Amino acid sequence: MMKLILFGDAVPAGFPSPAEDYKEDALSLDEHLISHPAATYLARASGDSMQGVGIYDQDLLVIDRSLTPRSGHVVIAAVDGELCCKQIDVEGKRLVSANKDYAPILLSEEQDVVIEGVVKASIRYHWSG
Amino acid sequence: MFALVDCNSCYASCEQIFRPELRGKPVVVLSNNDGFIVARSKEAKLLGLEDLQPFFKVEDMLRQNNVAIFSSNYPLYGDISHRVMSTLKAFSPQVEVYSIDEMFLNFDGMGWDLKEYGQEIKHKLWQDIRMPVGVGIGPTKTLSKLASRAAKTFPSCNGVCVLDEEHKWQWLQKRLPVTKVWGIGSRLAKRLEKYQVHTVYDLAQADSKTLRRDVSVNLERTINELNGIACYPLEELPPAKKQIYCTRSFGHKLTELLPIKQAVAVYASRAAEKLRAQNSLAQSIHVFLHTSPFEDNYHSRSTVCQTPYPTNDSREIVAAVMQGIDSIFTPGHRYLKAGVGLMDVFDRSFNQYDLFHPGQSGQSDKVMQVLDKTNLEHGRNTLFLGAEGVVRKWAMRQHYKSPSYTTKWGDIPKVNCQSVSKG
Repeated sequence: MMKLILFGDAVPAGFPSPAEDYKEDALSLDEHLISHPAATYLARASGDSMQGVGIYDQDLLVIDRSLTPRSGHVVIAAVDGELCCKQIDVEGKRLVSANKDYAPILLSEEQDVVIEGVVKASIRYHWSG
Repeated sequence: MFALVDCNSCYASCEQIFRPELRGKPVVVLSNNDGFIVARSKEAKLLGLEDLQPFFKVEDMLRQNNVAIFSSNYPLYGDISHRVMSTLKAFSPQVEVYSIDEMFLNFDGMGWDLKEYGQEIKHKLWQDIRMPVGVGIGPTKTLSKLASRAAKTFPSCNGVCVLDEEHKWQWLQKRLPVTKVWGIGSRLAKRLEKYQVHTVYDLAQADSKTLRRDVSVNLERTINELNGIACYPLEELPPAKKQIYCTRSFGHKLTELLPIKQAVAVYASRAAEKLRAQNSLAQSIHVFLHTSPFEDNYHSRSTVCQTPYPTNDSREIVAAVMQGIDSIFTPGHRYLKAGVGLMDVFDRSFNQYDLFHPGQSGQSDKVMQVLDKTNLEHGRNTLFLGAEGVVRKWAMRQHYKSPSYTTKWGDIPKVNCQSVSKG
């Protein structure tokens, strides 16, 4: 992603910019949203089962595999090999949707469930151009 | 101490990262142009599939066994390899990227349990990236490479093998043929038979002075390394390439000169771009063209052409290559593959100027800078030479390419937020 530098050195002649000594890097969304770049991937949400936590269809998800999920975290799970977005309930050993129309999934021996990362942030676009 | 971290079936493992349903299943990855098998998951190896088997010979068998087939997806593999490398930097101050799937780490001065540390690395790479690896640890690069082989071969190692004492590496050396040593190919192994060298142990115990005299100084170094004496340091910066090749198969066989010239112009431009990236020049260019070795009347020709002066200007290099291809093209053949190689690559600062020619002009450098900058900022092939052609009918066959999950916005994985009707 692009990083904007606030002050350049484009002062060919004349008085040097008084701001020059106070130069700081511009804010970077990458740095803000991604703490572990090598362990982070992006994915697109598809469906309405997580509306209760504010994740809508087509939202962009920032997923960090290095984080340890705790109860209440939104996670990506591979359920029988398919990537799904759920809230985890560690004590209750289950994955729940943030929409009461969907039944929870039990984290049991017989069900093939692997946690594929914690959703750190979701991004919505409000301007459609 | 050194560690070698080696990704297991690297390309096949990359294909399983965003396809969890394929983990533990047979997966193969094909070479450019879907020609050969270049990577096999463990399960695919168990089906008896060999490395570099031609795809057309095993296609039916793959389908019968429900093997997942992929064309090479280099943008994906490159990104994953980069993630592995940057994760490893947290485990050692010095990391050498030896290849896309192998990295050497410096473990000097690490007083803790290295076997446990190796397990930690293995666990972290699986947790963060979903890349399965083997870790080999030893006092020399050659021994760490041998250890990484043991880590994969013996289940009791659980993916990590430490050869920190003489009796440990000698035990392993007695059980492996000499071809398993880093840098010993089958041809050299054949030569070594004369010296009664069959196993790795035989080589380690051979007289290094004799073999240095009869074979090469590198072999003496290898013998020392096998005995725990480090001769090869970690190289953090890859040395500039002395040869740059760009060779590819065509998407389908070509019989006419024009599309072949366009393809070869693309390869030449790509090689020139790499040449500029390492700030080097070249003058001699190897050009070759051949038909499929699996068809009758195999035909292969090559030539070496020269530019008027050492250069890295795409236009000069392409012009020389065009003359070369004209001279080796013979009508009446179904050509499969061509390649361009810059042979005498040297750093620009060592350029010796010609008394009668000023060499590459400053004007030329400016044009190439614009070309490279434009393609860097706006994507490859934004600006290209007319010789490369606009409609590329010869482009590579990639029927089974997976999405570029981590490098293209349109290709990022989809996550199901709908009913999963189980639970």
